[in-house]
Amino acid sequence: MSLQLDFPAVLERWTSFLAGAVLTLELAAFATVLGALLGTLAAVGRGTHNALISGPCKVYVETIRNTPLLVQIFLVYFGLASLGLKFSAFAVAVAALTINVGAYTAEIMRAGFEAIPRGQIEAAEGLALSRLQIYWHIILLPAIEKVYPALTSQFVLLMLASSVCSQISAEELTAVANYIQSDTYRAFETYIIVAVLYVILSLVMRAGFWGLGLVLFPRRRRLGTPL
Amino acid sequence: MQQNPSSDSIVSLRDVQKSFGSLRVLDGVSFAVERGEVLALIGRSGSGKSTALRCIDRFEKVDGGEIVVCGHRVDRPDVDLRALRQDVGIVFQSYNLFPHLTIEQNITLAPCAVKGLAHSQAKDLARKVLAQVGLEEKLHAYPEQLSGGQQQRAAIARSLAMQPKVMLFDEVTSALDPELTAEVLKVIEQLAADGMTMVMVTHEMGFAKGIADRIVFMHRGKVHETGPASILTSPTTPELTQFVGTGNLKS
Ligand SMILES: Nc1ncnc2c1ncn2[C@@H]1O[C@H](COP(=O)(O)OP(=O)(O)OP(=O)(O)O)[C@@H](O)[C@H]1O
Ligand SMILES: [Mg+2]
Repeated sequence: MSLQLDFPAVLERWTSFLAGAVLTLELAAFATVLGALLGTLAAVGRGTHNALISGPCKVYVETIRNTPLLVQIFLVYFGLASLGLKFSAFAVAVAALTINVGAYTAEIMRAGFEAIPRGQIEAAEGLALSRLQIYWHIILLPAIEKVYPALTSQFVLLMLASSVCSQISAEELTAVANYIQSDTYRAFETYIIVAVLYVILSLVMRAGFWGLGLVLFPRRRRLGTPL
Repeated sequence: MQQNPSSDSIVSLRDVQKSFGSLRVLDGVSFAVERGEVLALIGRSGSGKSTALRCIDRFEKVDGGEIVVCGHRVDRPDVDLRALRQDVGIVFQSYNLFPHLTIEQNITLAPCAVKGLAHSQAKDLARKVLAQVGLEEKLHAYPEQLSGGQQQRAAIARSLAMQPKVMLFDEVTSALDPELTAEVLKVIEQLAADGMTMVMVTHEMGFAKGIADRIVFMHRGKVHETGPASILTSPTTPELTQFVGTGNLKS
């Protein structure tokens, strides 16, 4: 048995790999931003005393957390198609990934909200701040700060999981790899390169979140407390 | 000290009832606080002091009776909570400064967000109230960089910045050692001297005696004995006698 690797044959296609990696990062970026918004709203909704709001939020979160991502992607893809709506594979992928990561974000953010001491909220109420102002000024950032590592890991996981979007022919990194290996018959080499690229993308995202943390949590920067 | 106390009450409770489940915590509590007056709420643990105080700022809803605070009918369901809380400042035992904001931001937040004060004006205000509590140099510090006594003084400053008509204090020195307690009490004394209307729950009997215009001794959810500070040295009921006799009267 001998292992013969021919990387140059595959690396010739570096522009395709790069395009795929960029698209994966774009998918992840859109889904992260939109999913963070959706998830935060769902977490707030789940915490309200109004069952007409908290009920649907709970159903959304539990449904998504108990079904496979690939099935969710197909549901969005074929669901939109059967309604006669035409969207690009990229838009469908962003929508499905947003819906998916939003549910996980909601669970994480809920834990963050619950970790805010009741006294903080009472102090804010005592200062005549409104419900919305309390969420915005008092609860949101400290809650994010408390769950920041879990939250950012979730978004990195989302980027990795976006590889299943190759199934609806979004031209992301894994889809590109699938073409290249069937063209070159160099599957092993192709997926080694793809794996390395995913590691790099993960590191890029983690670095991005680290930088964002410096902006979001100036106190940590000032006092030198790591996240 | 007031000629016409009834028309000048800042806070008045009349026959206030409050239960938690089957536990009757306030059982017909009545007292009033006039403008510029300092009222000290004392009593054993569990006698309902905090609950009474929290009812004034409507952190608890009463089951019966009447509470009027700066003209707001606090017992009514339609009370304008935000208007009420602009008139009332409350300071808790656990400071509750916002940890992610600097002391300056802690102080300017509500005046800007609630009263729409311009940022530059709010910053001037922050300096002024911090000077009042002797913490000017901590403007840009974060709460965790301050000692307990400093945090409590900053919390008082934060309340003062809303220019309340009455301040409520709930055992604001209970978490502090004697030295830090003294610096917080000094601030409160100065407030009293400046004419601030205050209701304070306190275990510092010596302090209550020195500063309070009136003492309300609570026992089992009732106002058991009330009068000027002198009742602490010559109590009439056996319960208050026992309460001040059990080492509570430090001076
Ligand atoms: N939110 C609540 N739910 C149930 N019971 C409560 C609640 N708040 C207070 N109590 C009960 O009501 C009683 C009076 O409590 P309160 O806090 O008013 O006493 P206190 O006089 O302030 O005591 P302390 O000196 O210990 O602070 C206590 O038995 C307490 O356990
Ligand atoms: Mg208490």
